[in-house]
Amino acid sequence: MSTATIVSLPDQSTARIPRMNFMSKEKGLLSWLLTGDHKRIAMLYLVSITFFFFIGGAMAGLIRLELLTPQSDLMATDTYNKVFSMHGIVMIFFFLVPSVPATIGNFLIPIMIGAKDLALPKINLLSWYLYMAAGMLGLYAMATGGVDTGWTFTTPLSTHYLNTNVITTGLAIFIAGFSSIFTGLNFIVTIHKMRCPGMTWFRLPLFVWSNYAASILMVLGTPVLAITLVLVVLERTAGIGVFDPAKGGDPLLFQHLFWFYSHPAVYIMILPGMGVISETVSTFSRKRVFGYTAVAFSSVAIAVFGFFVWAHHMFIMGISNYSMLVFSLLTMLVAVPSAIKIFNWAFTLYKGSITFETPMLYSFGFMGLFTIGGLTGVFLASSGTDIHLTETYFIVAHFHFVMVGGMLMAFLAGVHFWWPKMTGRMYPEKISQLAALVTFIGFNFTFFPQFILGTLGMPRRYATYPPEFQVLNVFSTAGATILGVGYLLPILYLTWSLKYGEIAGDNPWQATGLEWQIQSPPLTENFPAIPIMDHEAYDYEWLEGQKEKVASV
Amino acid sequence: MSHISPVLWQFLVKWLTNFALYPPQASKIAPQFDALYFFMVLVSLIGLTIVILLITSFSIMYRQKAHPVPVQIEGSTMLEATWTIIPLGLFLIMFVWGALIYFRVYTPPANAMNIYVVGKQWMWKAEHPGGQHEINSLHIPTGRAIQLTLISQDVFHSFSIPAFRVKREAIPGRYTTVWFEATTPGTYHLFCTQYCGTDHSHMIGDIVVLTPDDYKRWLATSTSGASLAQNGERLFASLSCTACHNARPDARGPNLANVYGSKLTLANGQSQLADEAFLRDAILNPSQHVTQGFAPIMPTYQGQVSEDGVIALVEYIKQLNSDYRIQQTTNTTSLLPENDGKATPTGQKPAGQGMVNQ
Repeated sequence: MSTATIVSLPDQSTARIPRMNFMSKEKGLLSWLLTGDHKRIAMLYLVSITFFFFIGGAMAGLIRLELLTPQSDLMATDTYNKVFSMHGIVMIFFFLVPSVPATIGNFLIPIMIGAKDLALPKINLLSWYLYMAAGMLGLYAMATGGVDTGWTFTTPLSTHYLNTNVITTGLAIFIAGFSSIFTGLNFIVTIHKMRCPGMTWFRLPLFVWSNYAASILMVLGTPVLAITLVLVVLERTAGIGVFDPAKGGDPLLFQHLFWFYSHPAVYIMILPGMGVISETVSTFSRKRVFGYTAVAFSSVAIAVFGFFVWAHHMFIMGISNYSMLVFSLLTMLVAVPSAIKIFNWAFTLYKGSITFETPMLYSFGFMGLFTIGGLTGVFLASSGTDIHLTETYFIVAHFHFVMVGGMLMAFLAGVHFWWPKMTGRMYPEKISQLAALVTFIGFNFTFFPQFILGTLGMPRRYATYPPEFQVLNVFSTAGATILGVGYLLPILYLTWSLKYGEIAGDNPWQATGLEWQIQSPPLTENFPAIPIMDHEAYDYEWLEGQKEKVASV
Repeated sequence: MSHISPVLWQFLVKWLTNFALYPPQASKIAPQFDALYFFMVLVSLIGLTIVILLITSFSIMYRQKAHPVPVQIEGSTMLEATWTIIPLGLFLIMFVWGALIYFRVYTPPANAMNIYVVGKQWMWKAEHPGGQHEINSLHIPTGRAIQLTLISQDVFHSFSIPAFRVKREAIPGRYTTVWFEATTPGTYHLFCTQYCGTDHSHMIGDIVVLTPDDYKRWLATSTSGASLAQNGERLFASLSCTACHNARPDARGPNLANVYGSKLTLANGQSQLADEAFLRDAILNPSQHVTQGFAPIMPTYQGQVSEDGVIALVEYIKQLNSDYRIQQTTNTTSLLPENDGKATPTGQKPAGQGMVNQ
């Protein structure tokens, strides 16, 4: 089974990376720092988010080490609080939100729709600079004492009761928000205005659809986060009292505003990952995605419903029973499009011709783990079970299944899948299959015990815990060690492959997307001439026809 | 197993026996929660099995070697409808079932015994109607509906009793309630589950569930000498509330007897139910809560009375209602050992305590 592959590489003895490509066109640091090329900006993003991922990952490692024993013996509780706060802030705002859109999306959306670049290249570069400024400010806040608000900045804790770098960190997230707004805006304009002739909406690859849905969320949701953070800063500095009950303010208002962004943000993070899975599952089963329109519209449905479920984070905070009913019901509805997607991907395999290269293994990992993450979300959407399970490790396990088991697996699937297109070279197959397997095993060991811990009632964000929870915590920490190895491996072999990887050629996967019909790495202007789209997405028969044409010439 | 070092062996045995997989069931709502929980676990397992079976069987049947030529399929409206409608139906069942439990947990019965709980960084303070107060523990009897009225003095906290499957946030500036009926005597975990700063993980305690007899004994030995309402009465006098709220015909403030639970008409014409939350707001922010027919002359007591003090005042005002007094008397004093002259919330006034009407 492992020998069957669709990979077809050019003859390695004669193959060369094309002399003219987006990386070789100009040399020197400045040519990268002042570039308007979406592909170069994507590479800048890829390097920067990887850097932040490893910072966030190191924090996760510290958290798991501390939780090895019931006492707080590795660090003081204050330090622990800072570590988990920074873990959340770094992972969400500096890794997950930009991960797929700003790297893979940035690189591929213009190519997938047959455009030369994004509609607003300078805004795209500005977006990276904002991201870096935000990231550096975040690091500065961390280095000068950190912050212990949790990533949720709950008032009045964040406004009146903490002496850490709340304002600096809030400002960092405020700036990072603009970076994400600009990326979303750029995608929306580009997808509306820059599609090549023949590229109708229903010929768009599903990756573009899901990024489009996520972009709408970014543009409409992020400003609310920005406003909320400004109010927190004003409350902290000037004491305006919007959230302070002593001044007639309402601390629940903060919860409403914060989750109005932060719940859709979950879909900002997961939707682009779902787009990756649609591409990989189709390519490695040689079939068009089952129920293309259902998958496309389920992305839009998730984006629309995603805006009307925020108060499910507040079921135990004293919202009225009626608003609980509305938000619980809407949350149930938003679970349905995710189920639709899972079944459509599964049925894409039906009567396909399946091979199991690394991106496909990661995609299988995504489907299994996201199913668990999604189904456990229903436990939290059902108000009666939410009472007991919320604010415990159950919720920690749930969103790590969605974000790490789902999103991070999708990100790695995407990076491996498009690595030959981005760099012109293949990653080493065997070791990367091993890495995918190690990641999957380590992930389950880390996070599955946390469902049981949460059901037992172990609260999240605890530096110490009752001794009867230790066995499960030791399992979780042991799993995290394996998971860490699983994440280090790709860094090593992908770096190695930049120099020693096999030459990939234009279309190593025999995939149908427009990006696979051009050279790897692409030219700065992507296409030698504006392409004309004359077939549906995932049309493998068209691809066969193209091959025959080339052969007969 | 003798070749394993005995110390390590002992450690492993201790470790693996002192190891929990499911929380104890100690309240009336717990079995109801567990029924829904295991229904959802079952549905999830079936759903997950279907997905895994589909993926693995297709992966084996249609692997490239066995099935080299793919068959292109558009999709199927029937199948799309199937996997839209079946999950939707299941989710709706879970929604209704969950909401029924939610309503039960947050709708206390009228005869519930009320205990006030104040959360503050980093402790829980419980105030029993009989004047008993305790920190980081809560003693309750089995077989009685207990309502908790929660408030926070600083940041958000959350009062969680996993063995009861109930949890409620304690929020600054407003009362929240939750209720439960304990079924099994024992000591259970109390956690603060809403992150509240440095010692969040130390804001824990014990829920001590006692048999009714043990509870009576506990009440008798833990009394502080004055009931919560009597503390409130003392505070009421020392804050000079009686200067205006004295029930004289020419009083500058409304008569507070029988106010609790009544419908008031406010100065702005709004009709308002005088519940605990209203009484609290009227003490702390009086200018926004003036009763019709009275001048807005009451000063604010924000910053002068702690949340504990406000609770005592509210309890005192509630106790000025004759029927509420009867209810509370049957609730608490009937559980006390026969009149030992110490802990009587109503009627008796130990020497040295101020009177309302001088």
